[in-house]
Amino acid sequence: MPAYQKSPIPGNRWLPHPLMTLVLVIIWLFLVNTITFGHLLLGTLLGIAIPWFTNRFWPERPKIAKPFLLFRFFFITFVTDVIVANITVVRLFLLPDISRLRPRFIEIPLDTQDPMVITILASVISLTPGTVSAEVSEDRQTLIVHGLDVADEALAAQTIKTRYEAPLKEIFSC
Amino acid sequence: MTFVIELLVSFFLVVGAFFAMAGSIGSFRLPDFFSRLHGPTKSTTLGVGAMAIASAIYFSFHGEGISFHEVLITLFLFITAPVSAHFLAKAALHQGLHRKASSPETSRKSSDP
Amino acid sequence: MLSIAIPVAFALLTVAQLLNLYRLLKGPTLLDRILALDTMYIDAIAMFILMGVYFHSAVYFEAALIIAVMGFIGTVATSKFLMRGDILE
Repeated sequence: MPAYQKSPIPGNRWLPHPLMTLVLVIIWLFLVNTITFGHLLLGTLLGIAIPWFTNRFWPERPKIAKPFLLFRFFFITFVTDVIVANITVVRLFLLPDISRLRPRFIEIPLDTQDPMVITILASVISLTPGTVSAEVSEDRQTLIVHGLDVADEALAAQTIKTRYEAPLKEIFSC
Repeated sequence: MTFVIELLVSFFLVVGAFFAMAGSIGSFRLPDFFSRLHGPTKSTTLGVGAMAIASAIYFSFHGEGISFHEVLITLFLFITAPVSAHFLAKAALHQGLHRKASSPETSRKSSDP
Repeated sequence: MLSIAIPVAFALLTVAQLLNLYRLLKGPTLLDRILALDTMYIDAIAMFILMGVYFHSAVYFEAALIIAVMGFIGTVATSKFLMRGDILE
């Protein structure tokens, strides 16, 4: 089942991506660094025009089933993991004996074939614990990940699955 | 500008620069390409992100009103860093770098001086 | 406090850029060089931000943003080119 069909926020022909419009307005206000009525108007104009012109590029709308869980995932799991992962990785870089590292590839079987969930999962994996996502197989069944210091492949794959894939699947309900 | 703000800005600047340097040390020391990929994607991104936040705090308390546009750089880097790392890793897999990971220093010396 | 922190941060970033330069010149593969350039532009963004704080000027922000966009596109384009070149061989 594709995770797109109906979004909780209504959209129509003239406003195909309401969430993207909102994000564009906010980004415009950040960019000009002032909140005045004129810039709000200009930002809204851009926010309506850009999704309208690029509509054929992304015909589907992502379905966020649990926005609250998304916030919790992003602000608690993601932010703390990025900081912890960086401290770990920096400690590995500064090891006196660099040959003690055990870099290797891990294969992670994917439970979902939704392109957006896979994209977000791959990005999160690249930014958190010593892993970089390297390749998605043609049939979207496995994700190949390179780990910097992996002691146990099965355990690492399991950690990634439970910590990142499960919440993402729940958020986008697929 | 109060002392606390200045302390916060200094802390973020130095910590950010340290993380950026650690990422480069990683790419300097590690033996094969895939391990080197870890430095820039994680440490450098977080380091520059921390420095952008320091700049945002500095200009918010020292300039004319709130200044948050540095956050855009942080956001942009955090979105693009995994993408470029993924592309580099994909290209490396296509070139077969993972097969000669054991002797990376000697592998392409003749063809790529 | 800032008068100490800014030179320290500049020194750390300079060390980082020199290490990147070593990797850029040494290689050994083309992808290592691309990665080194990618790291160099991200560190350049950091240096621009630092200069913005040092000179208390918002002009450097625009330069940093443009470097961020251009560097990302450059990295993706070169690695994509390498991938395609390999497939067509």
